[in-house]
Amino acid sequence: MSHYHPLLGLYVSRLREFYRQPARLFWVYGFPTVLALGLGLAFQSRVPESVQADLVRNAASDPVEKVLRDYDAKARAGRKQGVQLRVVPEDEAMKRLRTGKTPLVVVKATSGAITFRYDATRPEATSARAAIDAILQREAGRVDPIRTEDTVVNEPGSRYIDFLIPGLIGQNTMGGGLWGVGFLLVNFRIGKLLKRFTATPMPRRDFLLAILLARLTFLVPDVAVLLSLGVFVFGMPIQGSLWLVALVEVVGALAFAGIGLLIASRAQTTETVSGLMNLVMLPMWIFSGLFFSAERFPEAAQPFIQALPLTQLLNALRAIMLEGAGPTSHVVLVALGVLSAWAVGTFLVALRIFRWQ
Amino acid sequence: MGEWAIRVADLRKQYPGRDGPIDAVNGLDLEVRVGECFGLLGPNGAGKTTTVEILEGLNKPTSGDVEVLGRRWESQATEIRERIGVTLQETRFPEKSTLLELVGLFRGFYREGLEPEDVLGRVSLDGKANSYVEQLSGGQQQRLAVAVALVGDPELLFLDEPTTGLDPQSRRQLWDVILDLRNRGRTTVLTTHYMDEAERLCDRVAIVDQGKVIALGSPADLIARLGGEHVVEFAVGGGEPPPDPSCFAELSTVLGTRAEGDGYALTVGAPHRAIPALLDYLEAAGRPLARLTTRQVSLEDVFVALTGRHLREEEADAARASKPGRRRRR
Repeated sequence: MSHYHPLLGLYVSRLREFYRQPARLFWVYGFPTVLALGLGLAFQSRVPESVQADLVRNAASDPVEKVLRDYDAKARAGRKQGVQLRVVPEDEAMKRLRTGKTPLVVVKATSGAITFRYDATRPEATSARAAIDAILQREAGRVDPIRTEDTVVNEPGSRYIDFLIPGLIGQNTMGGGLWGVGFLLVNFRIGKLLKRFTATPMPRRDFLLAILLARLTFLVPDVAVLLSLGVFVFGMPIQGSLWLVALVEVVGALAFAGIGLLIASRAQTTETVSGLMNLVMLPMWIFSGLFFSAERFPEAAQPFIQALPLTQLLNALRAIMLEGAGPTSHVVLVALGVLSAWAVGTFLVALRIFRWQ
Repeated sequence: MGEWAIRVADLRKQYPGRDGPIDAVNGLDLEVRVGECFGLLGPNGAGKTTTVEILEGLNKPTSGDVEVLGRRWESQATEIRERIGVTLQETRFPEKSTLLELVGLFRGFYREGLEPEDVLGRVSLDGKANSYVEQLSGGQQQRLAVAVALVGDPELLFLDEPTTGLDPQSRRQLWDVILDLRNRGRTTVLTTHYMDEAERLCDRVAIVDQGKVIALGSPADLIARLGGEHVVEFAVGGGEPPPDPSCFAELSTVLGTRAEGDGYALTVGAPHRAIPALLDYLEAAGRPLARLTTRQVSLEDVFVALTGRHLREEEADAARASKPGRRRRR
């Protein structure tokens, strides 16, 4: 077993180092899974949220309470928007309004007039006002001249979780490339292991190749874990080809490995390399459309945002998975082009300036 | 390849420094014979590690002529790497690797070499073959570094301060490994700032100071050059200013004198004649004797005699602190 080819030996030792560290396994597989589950459940589509209101208890409040409670019971049975009502004394209602615990206070005077108290800048306050006003008016005999109907859009493929899963896959690819290549190399340099390796006849090309091959190997479980979570837990449909997803991921992983190599090419301490990592990753976390679409940023910033490798990786992943984009679609071609440029450019520069000692 | 494992002529290495260039190695000449254990001895910052790294091909000289195993780094780097073994100061091997896996990995880099199991046995780590690197003590990690250096079955082995920071027992275990290599006729270059280590292990020693070799020979030779084989160390009492070391130069069989810590060290040919003469002198001068010891001359004395300084900084600092304002150079 001992007479490995140098490349194979280095590759196997990289794999071993990884799977023997349970903490790393958690950060790479456990953490994104927990994040996806958490965000997926939080944004899961369900019965439209009820409007919330406080009713001031007084001599005239009982009939109003009955109307709203009846409406709520009917709405919930029909999976429609209900009313979450609390009936409290005036003091308490006003205090709850001031402290933001309720968006709307309803007061029915003995004269029959109804007063709504709310902060008009809070969207949930205006919608609660409109909903309760309509309920009470209809109950009092108003007839709407036009019949309207609601259809709630809740199709798999258009939910937040469907947007999020490709984002998490892309961000895991970025983290894996930067930390798995950059941090590793700097640690080797600090531990004088790079120097020790260069004192042997080991081909340096094999050393870097082994790290890249190991990175591409880890990509398989990286992507598979999140993808199966999306498909099997959240019922996310995959419209396009999995082979194309794999191709885009490989090119993306190479781009990030190149950036990791570039960051590690000169850094002598873990502090330097951590700082550089964050400097590189932070803009992509913010601008690349991980948690919300990158198109929400101003037009002027778009050339910069579209040049970021994570933006392109996410564009392509979403286009393939959610829209079924093929290998010749514009989005995928642009993404492959930009990612390849990053990979080739960073490798060329990094190999030129890389410090082995 | 002939008689010489290493030949170095007029080696220089200059680093850019804040106050102008620093000469880490400054015209160093060295010849190491095949089959010997050669020690590079000197204080920290003397240029030992820079020299060794140039020999190992890890650093490039500013100028000078370097030949390793009859080959040159510029043209035959891979051939040299196939034939040398290296330990660096404090290499951190991957923690989650087993010893056998790590040595096996390095075995894969050499065309010819030894079985990883055998190499671990050579450094008495065969019982730990399947342990992780992180489970080893400091001494065991150093022996592992030697095992990694040996797995390519090198003709020439470099050990850079192999026992620094080890406890006495671990040092002795490592010495046994190195003595075993010497007995097998392997050429070893060892850097150290421990005198006893060089005396014990090395056939020949070069004392390096400020980037140059200032003395060269077998440990016994170097010691013999001091003339005497014994050192008498003493201190005198009394509140008077301490007498100058030269006062004792004329005493019977005294060959060298120097101030040492809070007292004096005399190199003497015959202690049984020098000590009575010293006692008579102090009696006549009215100075009481505070302490008196005798011991064999060591390489440490050679170094102090050559440079006026101690090998290890902490000892020099301690000596300086106890004698404020007094320079011990002569």
